[in-house]
Amino acid sequence: MPEGQFKQGIAGGRLSPEQYADNFSDLHPPLDHHEALVESDRCYFCYDAPCMNACPTSIDIPLFIRQIATGNPIGSAKTIFDQNILGGMCARVCPTETLCEEVCVREVAEGKPVQIGRLQRYATDVAMAENKQFYKRAEPTGKTVAVVGAGPAGLAAAHRLARHGHDVTILEARPKPGGLNEYGIAAYKSVDNFAQAEVDYVTSIGGIDIQNGKALGRDYQLSDLTRNYDAVFLGMGLAGVNALRADGEEAQGVTNAVEFIAELRQASDLASLPVGRRVVVIGGGMTAIDAAVQSRLLGAEEVTICYRRGPEHMNASEFEQDLAAANGVIIRHWLQPKRVIADAGKVSAIELEYTAMDGDRLVGTGERLTLVADQVFKAIGQSFVPAALNGSGALLALEAGRIKVDAEGRTSLANVWAGGDCIFGGDDLTVSAVAQGRDAAESIHRALTSNGRA
Amino acid sequence: MADIRNNFVGIKSPNPFWLASAPPTDKAYNVIRAFKAGWGGVVWKTLGEEGPPVVNVNGPRYGAIWGADRRLLGLNNIELITDRDLQVNLREIKQVKMDWPDRAIVVSLMVPCEEHAWKAILPVVEETGADGIELNFGCPHGMSERGMGAAVGQVPEYIEMVVRWCKANTRMPVITKLTPNITDIRKPARAALAGGTDAVSLINTINSITGVNLDSFAPEPTIDGKGSHGGYCGPAVKPIAMNMVAEIARDPETKGLPISGIGGITTWRDAAEFMALGAGNVQVCTAAMTYGFKIVQDMIAGLENWMDEKGHASLDDIIGRATPNVTDWQYLNLNYVAKAHIDQDACIKCGRCHIACEDTSHQAITSMVDGVRHFEVIEAECVGCNLCVNVCPVENCITMEPLAAGVIDQRTGRPVSPIYANWTTHPNNPMAKVAAE
Repeated sequence: MPEGQFKQGIAGGRLSPEQYADNFSDLHPPLDHHEALVESDRCYFCYDAPCMNACPTSIDIPLFIRQIATGNPIGSAKTIFDQNILGGMCARVCPTETLCEEVCVREVAEGKPVQIGRLQRYATDVAMAENKQFYKRAEPTGKTVAVVGAGPAGLAAAHRLARHGHDVTILEARPKPGGLNEYGIAAYKSVDNFAQAEVDYVTSIGGIDIQNGKALGRDYQLSDLTRNYDAVFLGMGLAGVNALRADGEEAQGVTNAVEFIAELRQASDLASLPVGRRVVVIGGGMTAIDAAVQSRLLGAEEVTICYRRGPEHMNASEFEQDLAAANGVIIRHWLQPKRVIADAGKVSAIELEYTAMDGDRLVGTGERLTLVADQVFKAIGQSFVPAALNGSGALLALEAGRIKVDAEGRTSLANVWAGGDCIFGGDDLTVSAVAQGRDAAESIHRALTSNGRA
Repeated sequence: MADIRNNFVGIKSPNPFWLASAPPTDKAYNVIRAFKAGWGGVVWKTLGEEGPPVVNVNGPRYGAIWGADRRLLGLNNIELITDRDLQVNLREIKQVKMDWPDRAIVVSLMVPCEEHAWKAILPVVEETGADGIELNFGCPHGMSERGMGAAVGQVPEYIEMVVRWCKANTRMPVITKLTPNITDIRKPARAALAGGTDAVSLINTINSITGVNLDSFAPEPTIDGKGSHGGYCGPAVKPIAMNMVAEIARDPETKGLPISGIGGITTWRDAAEFMALGAGNVQVCTAAMTYGFKIVQDMIAGLENWMDEKGHASLDDIIGRATPNVTDWQYLNLNYVAKAHIDQDACIKCGRCHIACEDTSHQAITSMVDGVRHFEVIEAECVGCNLCVNVCPVENCITMEPLAAGVIDQRTGRPVSPIYANWTTHPNNPMAKVAAE
């Protein structure tokens, strides 16, 4: 073990180059051709399949798996893309263990579901490797649509709109498109720059202009969009990070987990990425797991997740929790942060309080625990920042702090739709964002064409 | 412990598992390995007449079909009879028989359809001490184009004639191997019996093309861009073979004629089924070619364990036990009523029973009950066809439950009759006989 492992404080170069490469290789290596045939043969081709009903994008899973089994991976990919143009990324990042694979009848029968996610990756990889394009644009409609955010919702909406012949402009605040696919997913879930390859694949249909570095509220206002475009789709995600509400959290070394994850994904040299020797992650969702596991993989000696409730309450799936445990992350429950202890302005420990349920209420028990830490990650949820909508000239109705939409994604403003994490009812899943973007695009298309023909 | 020693037309072997005449029995080396592994006997790969041996293709001889995990389900073979010198084969047969006196060695023969050719080969085979001969009237490729193999097996008169020559010219038992590439297997069996055969063995391989290469548009296996039909064997042919065995076993004209059962036998269970239908022993090839000779160990142990469990002391207790239960459709009891029943605890809710019944049969299985995914048989629609049982991926989840006499059949609204009644007496049958009182 390189001595870098025991360097105090937040430091890079804790591992050998080989260890970095090995640690951040594909979490689920792709199935090879024969493995895909064997796995696809396990599918029972269920009637009205539970997996299909569990998929937010309603992919015809039995059909795509059968198409792999018959040696028709291209047909399989089309079955997937018909419902979910980001089927490649969803195959990698979907928590299938709580979606399609959880309800697979093989899971019910033998506790071993068909590996739907990996089969989906197999089929979409085949099609994308050939750059097989399945969709042609309809005759140009002359209508223009602005899409705010090049994340999963925005890309899905843009693709569907472009198919229908509308001209789409995507305005993306960050330097690269992809949203959380590019910035928010653990590196070992999306290797080989897949997010950008997928953006290229999706936009090859034509009629989609992505403008990076254009932030709503800074570079333009919503009112500019409603004035200059026939329709607007908002898919900007969540820009805010919830605070710990612990004393001293401004200390150096207390970081937002989402920023750490983004930085890691963008790092060209992982050895240059500093990480603490003893890391504490506060939170219980996927972000907490991703930050904790990647801290370990970067060489942190000791990584502890502290979550204020029990394991059954964690948003992270059982699979994710096991993944963390397998990577040497300690998950501690019933602990909430109280105070960040700093030494010369740098975090040196975190003081936590044990919690318990008092009826329906979570309360502190008064008992305290101090964990030595030189880095603390905040992963207790993200929030929608409505400030960017200011200056739009009209008030967009919110619900519980996020944008309020109807069943087809319409906001309270005429000609403005929204989808993905920024809407009320969003569930922080890539696949749900894709479904919402796609369905809003259909709604926009109906609105634009009926207006055009009326 | 059950006694599985076998006596087939006087040929004794320690168990009923013989290797069929085929590539695994082409030379002493293989046969000795087989005997060491425990095989009860072999039918030595077919010998031809004295002279320059036949030649085989030098490209692929086999084609196959597979399950998803490359499990071999059916094999196709275009190899011919032995391509080794007759004298070499005879010397080896003699030596192996001397070294393994307790094992059966039967020699497969194929010479031109002329009496002098048979007269010439029979004594030299007899001289090896072999236990018997098998007449190869089945080989469907190559040799048949030269008027031998299946070309003989497809003409009952030729079969009878050649069998008669053999019986007249050797003391050895004669087993006549039949080709399945005919319309009625009973005709060649009857002809063999008429010629005086001691037994028949079946089936030989079935004419087949296992695949077509969709790039070259050539059939598989492909030799320099062309392919020829070969002989199909392996697990896929077992149901066809079993029917043919049963047809001969229950034919009044050939009833009692010993049968050596061949065709896709892979496990002890397959062997037990063949013997229950009337086979006196079995011959195996593809399973050995797929897995090696060791499989015989489980065939022996599995057969013994099953016989012990069921209280069958010897092979005679099982041979032919199922034969009387094979009948013609017209004699099936039309008053028998069964309904499918789904065990809800075993059901994994895949819905295949529903969609199979809904799309292709009798709309007799629900998919949703009170808004919940639920698969249940609608007895008023169920005709008891068994399709749901066959498509269900869970063993014993769906079962066919007979209705007791007197119970109302929900489909017809009539009580189930206790009386056996078949088509021959059915009122809808214009040829119906008057039912006996």
